[in-house]
Amino acid sequence: MTPALQVEDLSISYAASGPVVKGLSFAIAPGESYGLVGESGCGKTTVAMAVARYLPAAGRITDGRLTVAGRDVYDLDREELRTLRSSAMAMVYQEPGRALNPTMRVGRQIGEVFELAGLNGDVVRAEVERTLRRVGFHEPAGVAVRYPHELSGGQQQRVVIAMALAVRPALLILDEPTTGLDARVQAGVLALIDELRGELDAGVLLISHNLPLIAAHCDRVGILYAGELVEEGDAREVVAQPTHPYTQGLVRSLPSIDESKGLRRLESIPGSVASAAAVQTGCTFAPRCELATERCRQVAPELLPFSPEGGQVRAVSCHRAGSALPAARPLAPSLHEVSPDGDPLLRVQGLTKRYGPVTAASAVDLDIRPGEVLGLVGESGSGKTTLGRCIAGLTSYEGEIAFTGAGAVQMVFQSPDASLNPRRTVRAVLGRAIKQLGGDTSVEALAAQVGLGEALLDRLPRELSGGQKQRVAIARAFAGPVSLVVCDEPVSALDVSVQAKILDLLHDLQVDRGVSYLFVSHDLAVIRRLADRIGVMYRGELVEIGAADDVFAGPRHPYTEAILRASIDDPRAGRGSTADEAPSAAPAEEIAPDPVGCAFAGSCPQAIAGVCAVQAPPWREPAVGHTIRCHLPVPELPIRSTPSPRGPA
Amino acid sequence: MSSTAAEGTLPLPADGSARSRVSSDGALLDLRAVPPARHAWRTLLRRPTFLVGAGFVVFWVAAAVLWKPLGFDPLGPTGLPLEGPSGAHPFGTDNLGRDMFARVLAGAQPTLEVAPLATLVATAFGTALGLVAGYFRGVVDDVLMRSFDVLYAFPQIISVLLVASAFGHSLLTLVIAIAIFFTPIIARTVRSAVLVETNHQYVEAARLQGERPTWILAREILPNILPVVVVEATIRLAYAIFVSAGLSFLGLGAQPPSPDWGLVVSQNRIFVQNAWWCAAFPALGIATLVVSVNLIADNLRDVTSR
Repeated sequence: MTPALQVEDLSISYAASGPVVKGLSFAIAPGESYGLVGESGCGKTTVAMAVARYLPAAGRITDGRLTVAGRDVYDLDREELRTLRSSAMAMVYQEPGRALNPTMRVGRQIGEVFELAGLNGDVVRAEVERTLRRVGFHEPAGVAVRYPHELSGGQQQRVVIAMALAVRPALLILDEPTTGLDARVQAGVLALIDELRGELDAGVLLISHNLPLIAAHCDRVGILYAGELVEEGDAREVVAQPTHPYTQGLVRSLPSIDESKGLRRLESIPGSVASAAAVQTGCTFAPRCELATERCRQVAPELLPFSPEGGQVRAVSCHRAGSALPAARPLAPSLHEVSPDGDPLLRVQGLTKRYGPVTAASAVDLDIRPGEVLGLVGESGSGKTTLGRCIAGLTSYEGEIAFTGAGAVQMVFQSPDASLNPRRTVRAVLGRAIKQLGGDTSVEALAAQVGLGEALLDRLPRELSGGQKQRVAIARAFAGPVSLVVCDEPVSALDVSVQAKILDLLHDLQVDRGVSYLFVSHDLAVIRRLADRIGVMYRGELVEIGAADDVFAGPRHPYTEAILRASIDDPRAGRGSTADEAPSAAPAEEIAPDPVGCAFAGSCPQAIAGVCAVQAPPWREPAVGHTIRCHLPVPELPIRSTPSPRGPA
Repeated sequence: MSSTAAEGTLPLPADGSARSRVSSDGALLDLRAVPPARHAWRTLLRRPTFLVGAGFVVFWVAAAVLWKPLGFDPLGPTGLPLEGPSGAHPFGTDNLGRDMFARVLAGAQPTLEVAPLATLVATAFGTALGLVAGYFRGVVDDVLMRSFDVLYAFPQIISVLLVASAFGHSLLTLVIAIAIFFTPIIARTVRSAVLVETNHQYVEAARLQGERPTWILAREILPNILPVVVVEATIRLAYAIFVSAGLSFLGLGAQPPSPDWGLVVSQNRIFVQNAWWCAAFPALGIATLVVSVNLIADNLRDVTSR
């Protein structure tokens, strides 16, 4: 049987930075889903571009062959290539909004695909509706006449997938297709891809930095490090039982929602991918490998079959395949006991923020105690960032915020690129922060606290990696006496291994300085990592707040249950653990809620007809300090037996 | 952009924004990195259009500065009236027998006094107002922008005539008039650049740090919008040369017997049919200078906007 994609000994080089893909080989059978995983700079996207022959001008294929459905992509003339692209392969990227033409109705855009295939008139219209129905739109005629901006991010991505699959391609390339989408939407999009793949018998190349996602949705996985495949095998097995030290490190770097605060350090891979460029002899991963021996530094390992205990044969490129990394170090325990009865550091009462007719936050009440981390979770548009900005004093609001702590509230932002002035050196930024915030430390000492060496002090932000930039931003927040730091998605723009290091750093600083955090994130596992208490926001309202353990143990708000189910669980628990039980995951076409009733009533599987949508929900209190805003009586609130907590890996 | 199955779903590779950084390759991003200032200079010096533009500008600046020390006489008669170009008078002579070559060289001086000065004044005020409007938004922004709209609503020439009758006909009048009408244009450009910058969280971080607005504007935002200011000022300079020549042509700027290009073209236009050289060469002066400054502006924009 002809493979959907065959990559043979592929090497790609960029004029400016040298080789980025080295001797890569893998194949995808029809109907098979193959995941390609690696951190930024490992060459994933370059591979995807090369398959479609879309490499930028500076990129050059120096060796190897790429075959799609039996045809050598680089042995085609212009016309043949166009035919191949339009009939045999399809690509779906991150940011669906940019893949769609904003000036064209969705139906017309999909229609073009069929017109290109020689259809016209009513046949095209019928095909468009059939395609839209297939990707989960219940009212295809209504959707077809809309413009892309009238659809949500998840809906846009489903339209892009509809276009991609309209021609029944042999190969579907998905490059980070759900990054940037909310967990519930992501689950819906991926379930759709799984379903259509079976239906069309297409090979799928799924490129992602997200290991749990790959484990849940792919048959096989290839782990890419610095342009080389270091491990390849059954996706579930590789993630559940990684054998290459890099794969092990990646898996360990993941925070898990089953792991309560402070169990172990996440940091598992020292250094950065950049070090691979300097490697002349031996294994490219050796400089970052805790298991590296003299042999590793001298002799480059080959990708060889390896049979882990009780598993299928896989390919691993490591002299020490199967040896386990040393046990993770435990985190410093929290020294500052949070007293539940003491005076709060921050008290928010009836906080409401309106942007014109839109209410971003509505009548929020919450307390943050000294030395406590309050995690705030919610989807995009839930008002969690708005709340953080109100508390930091960056925007006006109605209601009351009483803050009794020392110093000003500081903030760590999401984007490491935007949060540093591109024209100011690290030294200038930190020096000024110390002066302004009344710190009694030196720039060098402050930088050392966040793990920045002196060599970096005179650099500009563009000369730093994402993780280093985020360290500077964190150092800036801690430059003076500070008692509350608002962390707004501080790790969501970072790679897993970098994310792990930043989360560890934030934990250490919090314990060390006894500060409080308001930690805003869409990622439950990240919140679980740091938070003592968790608040859940939905459409501007706080729907649940309580101790982290109580929220995770349940009973919980139906919305909390929905995001918990949609967030892809511990990869080690294996594939299907979430896909099976995410029935109504996609909040497809949500109805604008009644201003009085529960905002979640429209999407809630347990909504009580005639009550939830029209009456304001009361606060339930299943445990002391754990409150849930819901019409359901406590015994009927969702409760799921979470898997038994797993000890340090 | 029309779309097909394959092409429609293919946007350009990641744009380097924070989110796409997750997915894109380091190598791709490195190619996109902003070149440092030194690199920008080297790139400029490798662009032929920049070199041509810079060459002409240097020539005219040299003419404006050196015509007197080199002994050119633009005012006294040195030949017969309306003599054609020759070895003695490369650009011919005008109706009073004055050497056109000397007059064209000397004519660069008033132009290069008025236009850069007016641009400088307009850039200073425009940048300050743009910074304030873009940073504070709200009422300040509304008042400034709406008063600029009012200013725009008058036809420029009529407004300049107004200014001229208020201040008298002189080069200073030109400077004031041009500065007044360029300030809002620069302010708008700067304002929109400031709006982009204030979306970046480093500005909020500075506020959280307790920085004063003046510090934030001068030290955080201004350095980042400086490329925009420089490019805009250069474009305005080209326009200023053009406008000042036009106003002199109308008699609102330099007065006879000044060799100002606009004025000379105006005075000699009646002879164009028999003695084309008396109007053509000063006109050529205006054209080369305007086009050259525009070339420089284009190149600056290309190099800094990458």
